[in-house]
Amino acid sequence: MTTARKWLTSYPGRRLGQALLTMVLVSITVFAGVRAMPGDTAQAMAGEQTDPAVLAAIREEYGLNDNIAVQYWNYITHAVTGDFGTSARSGLPVLDSILDALPITLELAALALLLAIVLGIGAGVVAAVRRGKPEEWLANGIALLGMSVPTFWLGMLLVLAFAIAIPVFAASGFVPFGQDPVENLRRLILPAIVLGSGLAAVVMRQTRAAMLDALSSDYVRTARAKGLSRRAVIGSHALRNSLVTVITVLGLQLGQLISGAVVTEQVFVLPGFGKLTIDAVFTRDYAMVQGVVLFTSAAYILINLLVDLLYSVVDPRIRLGGSR
Amino acid sequence: MTTTAPSPATGAARTGPVLSVRDLTVSFAGPDDTVHAVDGVSYDLAPGEVLAVVGESGCGKSVTSMAVMGLLPPTARIGGSITLDGQELVGADERTWRPLRGRRLSMIFQEPMTSLNPVLTVGRQIAEVLIRHQKLSKKEARARAVELLDLVGIPAPDRRVDEYPHQLSGGMRQRVMIAIAVACDPAVLIADEPTTALDVTVQAGILDVLKNLRDRLGTAIVLITHDLGVVAETADRVLVMYAGRPVEQAPVDELFAAPSHPYTRGLLGAVLRPGSRTKDGRARLNEIPGLVPDLRSRPDACTFAPRCAFAEDDCRGGRPQLRTLAGGHRIACHHPVTPQPEEEVSA
Amino acid sequence: MTAAVDTAPVAPAAVAKPRGRASDAWRRLRRNKLALTGAVLGALFVLVAVFSTLLTPYDPAQPDFDHVLAAPSWTHWLGTDDLGRDQLSRVLVGVTASMQVGVLAVALAFVVAVPLGLLAGYYGKFADTVVSRLTDTMLAFPFLVLAVGLAAVLGPSLKNATIAIGISQIPAIVRITRAETLRLKHLDYVGAAVANGAGDGTILFRHILPNATSALIVQATVGIPSAIIGEAVLSFLGLGVQPPSPSLGVMLSSAQPFIANAPWMAVFPGLVIVLATLAFNLLGDGVRDILDPRGGSR
Repeated sequence: MTTARKWLTSYPGRRLGQALLTMVLVSITVFAGVRAMPGDTAQAMAGEQTDPAVLAAIREEYGLNDNIAVQYWNYITHAVTGDFGTSARSGLPVLDSILDALPITLELAALALLLAIVLGIGAGVVAAVRRGKPEEWLANGIALLGMSVPTFWLGMLLVLAFAIAIPVFAASGFVPFGQDPVENLRRLILPAIVLGSGLAAVVMRQTRAAMLDALSSDYVRTARAKGLSRRAVIGSHALRNSLVTVITVLGLQLGQLISGAVVTEQVFVLPGFGKLTIDAVFTRDYAMVQGVVLFTSAAYILINLLVDLLYSVVDPRIRLGGSR
Repeated sequence: MTTTAPSPATGAARTGPVLSVRDLTVSFAGPDDTVHAVDGVSYDLAPGEVLAVVGESGCGKSVTSMAVMGLLPPTARIGGSITLDGQELVGADERTWRPLRGRRLSMIFQEPMTSLNPVLTVGRQIAEVLIRHQKLSKKEARARAVELLDLVGIPAPDRRVDEYPHQLSGGMRQRVMIAIAVACDPAVLIADEPTTALDVTVQAGILDVLKNLRDRLGTAIVLITHDLGVVAETADRVLVMYAGRPVEQAPVDELFAAPSHPYTRGLLGAVLRPGSRTKDGRARLNEIPGLVPDLRSRPDACTFAPRCAFAEDDCRGGRPQLRTLAGGHRIACHHPVTPQPEEEVSA
Repeated sequence: MTAAVDTAPVAPAAVAKPRGRASDAWRRLRRNKLALTGAVLGALFVLVAVFSTLLTPYDPAQPDFDHVLAAPSWTHWLGTDDLGRDQLSRVLVGVTASMQVGVLAVALAFVVAVPLGLLAGYYGKFADTVVSRLTDTMLAFPFLVLAVGLAAVLGPSLKNATIAIGISQIPAIVRITRAETLRLKHLDYVGAAVANGAGDGTILFRHILPNATSALIVQATVGIPSAIIGEAVLSFLGLGVQPPSPSLGVMLSSAQPFIANAPWMAVFPGLVIVLATLAFNLLGDGVRDILDPRGGSR
């Protein structure tokens, strides 16, 4: 077997192949979906214009007279080079709008993720270690509540409490980090809490369950029999094993994070990727909708691919491809 | 401290026992009733001695050793006395236990497949205990881990040290467990059915490693097993347990030559009768009719009486106390099968 | 010489009297206080949803411009909104909309997903590959992006929001059904049924599906609250129920501009959503404990 073939049949190789196949299916679905929208695509692109000559020109320009398969091929070959078309509303390239909005959403998501990981794993470990004690009840209760509260409502309550009643944080708007880091965080803290809370609840529950499993395992008994400190038994033995499960859940929940970002940006009026998506739908900006959905899905598939590859770092059984 | 090998196999030369268990009781209180898992176990362990603890599943062998390691769950109620080097351990807190576990007292378990942490290299798992108890640097601990792997008979130890448990066979994993257990040259090693989960061919190798360590390091070993073949080959002395209580204790030759408790005879009968062997070469105990008693009651009677062919009224009416026969042979039975001249009666 | 002495049977430790599975489950539900609370609350929500139009003190759609943004009082328990409409009446009718979406979306997802999961798990090979790729493709669309896309294609409405939520729940149910089918397919009694000449249909619907219900019930108790929140989110974004029809999400959406002046407009509908989802989450946790073969110990 050549090295190239060996790599293709290896775990990362197969996983990458799967991701590419899914990506192709997604792009076909998105493309077909936009074509299935009610009404004439050219008319939609022309907006208020009704002049038949203008519509014909649009059809010609965008290749709408071609066979649907040819249209797809043209679209996808352009998309691969970063050309997602031009927004019918702003007249700007779709990619430029996406790249403008993306940093805001990425910063928001990163803060939320950090919050969810720190709070979720911390509370999960405490709940498992202090099993049957008040700490466990408290952590379980907060997590259950966190799962049941709609994020945007929590956002409204937090705005009411910390931006209106006690104005420590700003309720809306965005200031780039490079321009004013303090103001940037002052405006992003509440949205990050809102976006991270649901994820933190899920992470906490999974961490607790995985830790309870680990703490009753034979290898933790061995670790105790070695006379290791409590910290070492919990940290480098039980938690290290639990992280495999927790990473799986984080990966599965990242889609929720993207959905949540859309809503959170709407509540806090942040000009991010989510707001771009909603605005595109309401203004029937088809090129933008198509680009945004495709971009999001690609990002999501890529994230899941990275999560899968990350397992192999945490769990040597996957990395080495063998199990006995 | 690591290099000083204590006195050789004949530990009797030493002053006294390294580990001493007296009237140990362990019970678990449930919502409705209490399970008396261990009821009145006593033994002494001299340096370099191998004591085999035998009995059926659920007779309290493992609970006794978990008590000696201080690893029972907090719900367990422990009575009696456990002394290691003269230090009382019953009632000790975790701060007292931790420096002892892995350093003076070690344990290896029945399940080599699951007893090692799957996400850490075996080297790291050995080094951990050296760094903890002997304050070695990471580099020193790793070098010592390679030596230990070599000591327990793992080939190419400098390569194996960086492997993960799933890359090793069951026998190899048990050798790694032994390496961890003896890393700090413990005074007492408890081996809880160390070969049960392994192939017959691998079993002999593991037992050789244990005997070798006893000879080289003078480690005293408590060998828990239900395999009488292992007992005959490895042990110096045998403690037979039944339903949480000790029923007979004797030097290994004495026990095999003159088993006195009807239960012990039942166990040995299973070995001696050739027809009772199954395909895998193991003999099964099916000669003793009846069920192991319910551990929730704690009768003032011989617990073996319902299954005993020799039982009389006094067996059902009073708990037999351990008494010492000739040659260090102790037994708890009103009607021993091969009566020997009594020396003394201990309450 | 190797001998084992490990065979004596252990005394039967208080063998439980054989009981029906259903009555056993009910007994354990009663013991699990939190799950019972969830069941009672959930039943209450179903009742409110069914009878909401009989319970409303005012017409939920009738504006009253003399009492705009009134704080909670004896006449209007939960206050009034920016058009003077009674909040309590609107919340009650909103519960109907939410429950409707919750139940219908989950039902839609089950109707589509269970046959696909059975197909993939039972026949394997080609069917499995096709179904698995399809679910992967669906999972590649985050729920909201999917809903947004559908709303863009079909236009925003309660019906389309329900469809979008239902579709978003399909992949999880397919996966669970497939895994259960794979597990059950290899059990002895299925093999016995095959040996007795049972057809595929008999095996799937008489032997495999009934045994997969535990896992599916748990999934349903997870699906309903997430559908309720989904409706609220979509309506909040303007992609679900269209005003003036009341829905909890629509109410929260219209409350946003008045958050400083009339916080009750945002607080009460949100609290009702929290209570509804909490009820089903509690019930779901309880059901999982009860049906988990490892017992309700954790």
